[in-house]
Amino acid sequence: MATDIRIDYYPTHEHEGIKFRRGHALPFGATMVPNGINFSIYSSAAISCTLVLFERGEDAPFAEIPFPEEFRTGNVYSMIVFDLDYERLEYGYRMDGPFKPEEGHRFDKSVILCDPYAKAIGGRDTWLATPNWDDVYPYRSRLVFEDFDWENDHALETPIEDLVIYEMHVRGFTQHPSSGVKNPGTFAAIRSKIAYLKELGINCVELMPIYEFDEWENSRENPATGGLIVNFWGYSTVNFFSPKAGFAATGKFGMQVDELKTLIKELHKHGIEVMLDVVFNHTAEGDHRGHTISFRGIDNKTYYMLTPEGYYFNFSGTGNTLNCNNPVVRNMVLDCLRYWAADYHIDGFRFDLAAILGRDQNGAPLSNPPLLESLAYDPILAKCKLIAEAWDAGGLYQVGSFPAYGRWAEWNGKYRDALRKYLKGDEGMVGEMVQRIQGSPDLYYYRGPTASINFISCHDGFTLYDIFAYNEKHNEANGENNNDGGNDNHSWNCGVEGETDDPEINRLRHKQIKNALTLLMVSQGVPMILSGDEMATTKGGNNNTYCHDNELNWVDWSLLEPKQDIFHFAQRITKFRRAHPVLRSATHFEHRDYVGSGYPDISFHGTQAWQCDHSESSRCLAFMLDGAHAKRGTILDDTIYVAANMYWDALYYELPVLPEGKKWHLAVNTDMPSGQDIFEIGKEPMIEDQQRFLVGPRATIILIGK
Amino acid sequence: MEVTIKDFDEITILEVKGNIDSKTAPEFERNAKLATDKSEKIGLELSQVEFMSSAGLRVLLMIYRNIKAQNGRVVLIGVSEEIQDVMSTTGFINFFTIVETLDEALTVLKQA
Repeated sequence: MATDIRIDYYPTHEHEGIKFRRGHALPFGATMVPNGINFSIYSSAAISCTLVLFERGEDAPFAEIPFPEEFRTGNVYSMIVFDLDYERLEYGYRMDGPFKPEEGHRFDKSVILCDPYAKAIGGRDTWLATPNWDDVYPYRSRLVFEDFDWENDHALETPIEDLVIYEMHVRGFTQHPSSGVKNPGTFAAIRSKIAYLKELGINCVELMPIYEFDEWENSRENPATGGLIVNFWGYSTVNFFSPKAGFAATGKFGMQVDELKTLIKELHKHGIEVMLDVVFNHTAEGDHRGHTISFRGIDNKTYYMLTPEGYYFNFSGTGNTLNCNNPVVRNMVLDCLRYWAADYHIDGFRFDLAAILGRDQNGAPLSNPPLLESLAYDPILAKCKLIAEAWDAGGLYQVGSFPAYGRWAEWNGKYRDALRKYLKGDEGMVGEMVQRIQGSPDLYYYRGPTASINFISCHDGFTLYDIFAYNEKHNEANGENNNDGGNDNHSWNCGVEGETDDPEINRLRHKQIKNALTLLMVSQGVPMILSGDEMATTKGGNNNTYCHDNELNWVDWSLLEPKQDIFHFAQRITKFRRAHPVLRSATHFEHRDYVGSGYPDISFHGTQAWQCDHSESSRCLAFMLDGAHAKRGTILDDTIYVAANMYWDALYYELPVLPEGKKWHLAVNTDMPSGQDIFEIGKEPMIEDQQRFLVGPRATIILIGK
Repeated sequence: MEVTIKDFDEITILEVKGNIDSKTAPEFERNAKLATDKSEKIGLELSQVEFMSSAGLRVLLMIYRNIKAQNGRVVLIGVSEEIQDVMSTTGFINFFTIVETLDEALTVLKQA
């Protein structure tokens, strides 16, 4: 065959018995080529580079091959090494160069460096297995097979407004003994919960960080409990191209890539998209006191934003800031996301502290950030959802103003705050709620409701249950004297701080959870719920559980039984949203009748029909969505009327008159006990009084006109 | 690792002893190629395989793809529980019929 006669399949050099030759500069990383492996890495300031080769798990390398000077092209070192056992190989680099922090350089050739483009990392193969603390090379670059058999799978490309996102932590989702799965805490275990996810009705899982991180980072004994504090959430990347081995049941065999791809393929088969929470704002190397793992020792000045004195800017709140708008780093981020989209069939990305991605190399916000623009226009990422956490720890808050290029959506922090305040009965919230339930046109007028990821709870902050069980955070278990975590929780404990036997308070809490889920699912935009909220999980009022590998972060599946009213409600309200296209508009309302139905697309009401009371003391919000305007009049849906009463007494709401022949039917009434609080689609009972409805204290109803 | 090839009329059985990893996978692959060249009905007797690495699983899938292209059939025999577990977690199991004994394999393959 023609491919066999290429002359670069044969070595030209030898060093300590290892045969090699000049390599290919592209692609970066380690790539299998016939008879060998092509290694390629860049550094703008190194004066020499050495390839270091290990047999898997061995203490000492079996070879160190300096790159001959003629193997360097520009700033790129590349070589092909022959006859390596790619499955057993671990590789790294030593870079020689100046150690001059004031000039931005921190080279140290005594350190073996992890390849930023490695596709798997060895060293933390099993979650919290005690590492070899004396390892000369703790996070080891490995190769993976990139030949997964996807059969006919591809990204689902569900319109974003049709998604219901379920945010979960891979380990937290099934690690609790009550999960009843075979390999708890792993990618494989999520696969065995697919039937559950479908039963719940969600169609997108957003995985909290799964890029290789070190759960041992900053680990210490917890002074409050004596237990171990670890990096559980994983917002601290060691390598951007590698899935976390410790999240795979087969991580100890180095098969995490196949396991994750199998999960994604299986989720897709069931119509569930996969989004990744990605952390490109900083790395696990910390500040100037941190360990050199990779980037710092390869090209510190390129990868990090540095102060004029050579220290690290800390816009991430975690020690360093990745220099995302440096053209070289920008390309790495792009290569990385393309890899995950193309090789892992990922449907979308949520960017942690994404405002940082819009800062220039000195930290100043850019009006036209090249990285964000590149991602928005990239051909491989063209159908991926791009979602920004539109703020950072350096004080840049861009909700509503994040540079979007017609592509980017945002975690809508203002939605979260407004909903929480309205639900707990704050005054003066009706006006803002009118914006929020419409997909926040005040924030996203030109971008449409699809720019708004609506949520009331997420991993960061209280669980949905805790929002209605705690006034204050209770973070003592984090070991920082309750000083960590935000204080702006906008929560209300319904009368008693924490757990209580008081049936009235517990009833109110359940009702409030149902109110929250109802308003979330009838809001335009894209709803996101936190895993566990559907069974009212609690973190005991801790709003910053990043460091706990225990019940604080593990979903307790035994709650499904005692909290079944919440689960049934969550399941039905999710399905209600998915059954009604009028709730899922891709464009903003026009507040007029543009299809000739006799009703505007949306109208606002209160205790009196057609009159919404925006006054300071009002806690009444009602709105009607005209079914004839669903998806801009292309689909005929039922008309939906929602009334929320966050006043402490029941109030009569006058109902808008339906067209001749149609009647109001009750879909939801959160004031009713389980069984009568939400009705199955198509089985909603007609209400007796078609003129008015008594909405209970702190309750929400949905009527459908059909 | 040792591979023995046995023929039962139009059916070929490969008996594998030892571990299949990146060191032994090429030889396993060569033997599998010999088998798939002459037969479309293949049984892989794996009861004496204790460990199969990623490379080993890939050879299985190559055999499957090769035989499928010829409209043939592959059956795995006596796969240990641990290997089945790994195959299930990594998705490889979805492509294969797994039976306990040689007799069962011959029955399945005869009907194919």
